[in-house]
Amino acid sequence: MILVLSLAIAAAVLFVLLRLLPGDPANALVSVGADPEQIAAARRQVGSDLPLVQQFFQFVSSLARFDLGTSFVSRTSVAADIADRLTVTVPLTLMAFALAVVISVPLGIIAAVKADRWYGAAISVVSQLGIAVPVFWVGILLVALFAVNLRIFPSGGFPASGWADPAAALRALALPTLTIAIVMGASMLRYVRSATQDVVDSDYLRTARALGSGFAEALARHGLRNGAVPVISILGIELATTFLGAVVVERVFTLPGLGSMLLLGIEQRDYPNVQGVLLVTTLVVLVVGFLTDIIQRLVDPRLRYSRRGDGK
Amino acid sequence: MPYITAVSRLHHALTGAVAVLAVSAAMASSAAAQQAGPDAIINIGSLYEPQNLDNTAGAGQGVSEAFNGNVYEALFRLADSGEVEPVLSESYEASEDGLTYTFKLREGVTFHSGDPLTAADVKFSIERVMAPESKSSRRNSLSTIANIETPDDKTVVITLKQRSISLPYNLSYVWIVNDAAKELTSSADGTGPYRLENWRRGTSLTLTPSDNYWGEAPRNGGVVFTYFTEATAQNNALLTGAIDIIPSVQSPDSLAMFEGNPQFTVTEGVSTTKELLAYNDRVEPFSNVKVRKALARAIDKKRLLASIWGEHGTLIGSFVPPTDPWYVDLTGVDAYDPDSARQLLEEAGLKDGFSFSLDTPNYDPHPLVAQFIQNELGKIGVKVDINLITSNEWYTKIYQAQDFQATLQEHVNHRDIVFYGNPNFYWGYDNPQVVELIASAEASATVDEQVEKLTEANKIIAEDAASNWLYLYPQIVVSSAKVSGYPVNGLNSQFFAYTIEKSR
Repeated sequence: MILVLSLAIAAAVLFVLLRLLPGDPANALVSVGADPEQIAAARRQVGSDLPLVQQFFQFVSSLARFDLGTSFVSRTSVAADIADRLTVTVPLTLMAFALAVVISVPLGIIAAVKADRWYGAAISVVSQLGIAVPVFWVGILLVALFAVNLRIFPSGGFPASGWADPAAALRALALPTLTIAIVMGASMLRYVRSATQDVVDSDYLRTARALGSGFAEALARHGLRNGAVPVISILGIELATTFLGAVVVERVFTLPGLGSMLLLGIEQRDYPNVQGVLLVTTLVVLVVGFLTDIIQRLVDPRLRYSRRGDGK
Repeated sequence: MPYITAVSRLHHALTGAVAVLAVSAAMASSAAAQQAGPDAIINIGSLYEPQNLDNTAGAGQGVSEAFNGNVYEALFRLADSGEVEPVLSESYEASEDGLTYTFKLREGVTFHSGDPLTAADVKFSIERVMAPESKSSRRNSLSTIANIETPDDKTVVITLKQRSISLPYNLSYVWIVNDAAKELTSSADGTGPYRLENWRRGTSLTLTPSDNYWGEAPRNGGVVFTYFTEATAQNNALLTGAIDIIPSVQSPDSLAMFEGNPQFTVTEGVSTTKELLAYNDRVEPFSNVKVRKALARAIDKKRLLASIWGEHGTLIGSFVPPTDPWYVDLTGVDAYDPDSARQLLEEAGLKDGFSFSLDTPNYDPHPLVAQFIQNELGKIGVKVDINLITSNEWYTKIYQAQDFQATLQEHVNHRDIVFYGNPNFYWGYDNPQVVELIASAEASATVDEQVEKLTEANKIIAEDAASNWLYLYPQIVVSSAKVSGYPVNGLNSQFFAYTIEKSR
């Protein structure tokens, strides 16, 4: 219910914000030389000649029928185009997320536990650097190194055949995945490190060790589970952020994903496309948040009991 | 564009440093070599992805690049030389009064779907462009057509309301489509040497040689247009061999990477794209010819062009590029002379200068040009407020509402001097003599008469400083040295791909 309500509010806000932008979707269809009659016909076609209220009701009624409409500019089904582009953005996000977790969790724990060693400190410093660097810059560096000089991976683009050739598709996603993973991994590492530090300094870990556990055993049995709770919620936020942040990376690598569809849609004032993409992203963010919540409760029994106690 | 420079610097540093790389580079080029010969696929990198695939549905310039002459043919073709050549029209005859044109269609032509080309297809195709819902910017130029008849399958008779000397030229824009085709915004059915194989939105468009083409088969095994949203990615793709050719380079900074490198060929042709400082000639003080002439003389266009394009590009003294038949060199009219500019302003009663708002599209090169103009005009006491707008807003504010003082814009088309003959056009230039010359030029009985009248009109708009024509863009093609046979002028954004060859 909350999900539906959030979506409805998001949809209404989107509708209004888009119409506040100066410009007209009909402009994407005409070029210099078009006469006033043609422009009027274009506005009629896209419906930008109708009063705003009427446009809004049309938008709401088609949404209620789960109809995302047809693009003003390409005249293709928005839902079909989104589905097509999700085959790029979803694998990209998930692979980058997985890679970032694989990098950041062990390194974060090492950085916390071995903070007094040179490599623990080095990990912290390098991760700080990773946070400071903008994602497009990382992308450009990786392209210069791995594509232009080493010629190991393509500098951008996606195969015309899509996933029909999985090897080519994976190669196309290699550098974008690495780009996101580096930037996301750096900030996740900081969270993992500080969560681990809290655990290491905690009373229960000291008690466990006093009862005879070795440090590693105590950390594995008690520490990880406790440390995981805040980390999971951060991971959820990071996953959603990556999905949204794909806009920048897709632009750098010319990938036909959701992000490039959104940018182009905004440029062209192609309202159905923009609304469709933003609704889908909102939905993804909400669902990820919901799943994060569930996973947290599975990991931490205290959350289950306390929430039930609230009567929710 | 600071990061482009940074990348190329990094590129040089890395190239020098790592020796092992040579091995992998050699491997990459041997893989590419297998792709040579008549079956080789030509990969073309473009910044202009079509918005849809129908040039009467607002597809944009990208569809002309990919489809004109490649997938769709017309009765005539505007060749890369600027000549109008017959294609699907085998021969034609104009009546004595110039009001009836009879076209004989070429025999043995079929669409990619297998349907034969008939006169009905031609009638359907022309009427499609003329329809009120057509988005074609050339719709107006066909408004002289009164009626189209098809006495038999291979004959088309067009009756005009008045003489139209440019009819064959105008018909070169009209794709001949199959009248049975249901949907042309995401599929295609033409008579050209290639058929549409696949369009993956946001990525690429693949053309394959058509089995039933009436003419000479393409000299390659197919063409893939790969689309980019920015020049850096496009250049990287050419550097790494992912694409073979960039039909129209839009980023001057990137030329340094390719010039002087034996692996690449840089060719400069003649473009039709004009960079304009267009005034709203209806409003004060731009309604005063003296003010317009003063601003024309105050800008050092040679330095402007050099600062943007280096050695490339051409100065023009009016709206007419050298490939239009009515071109004359008018760069001497209102040449750079800041002193006389100040004097003209004084004569116009603006001794202390004035200020105006310059609506500047927010993409290259306009913001740079605006700053240059701001600086130059500042020297004669004219203050310029730069107002950045998006290309979409430009159409609403300037093109339609005509609510502006001055703007920058690139005008891409060939033979578009006709805009100065329309007082309702966005810049509002209204000289009855020019209106009459441009209208009567179209009604000329001979090409000579047409050229004479338009040349006259061209000289008048230059003398009137109707707009401030800053420069003509260079048309630069960069390709891998293995690729040859491509058009270099790219008139009207066309890019005929069938003569391109890739060697080993």
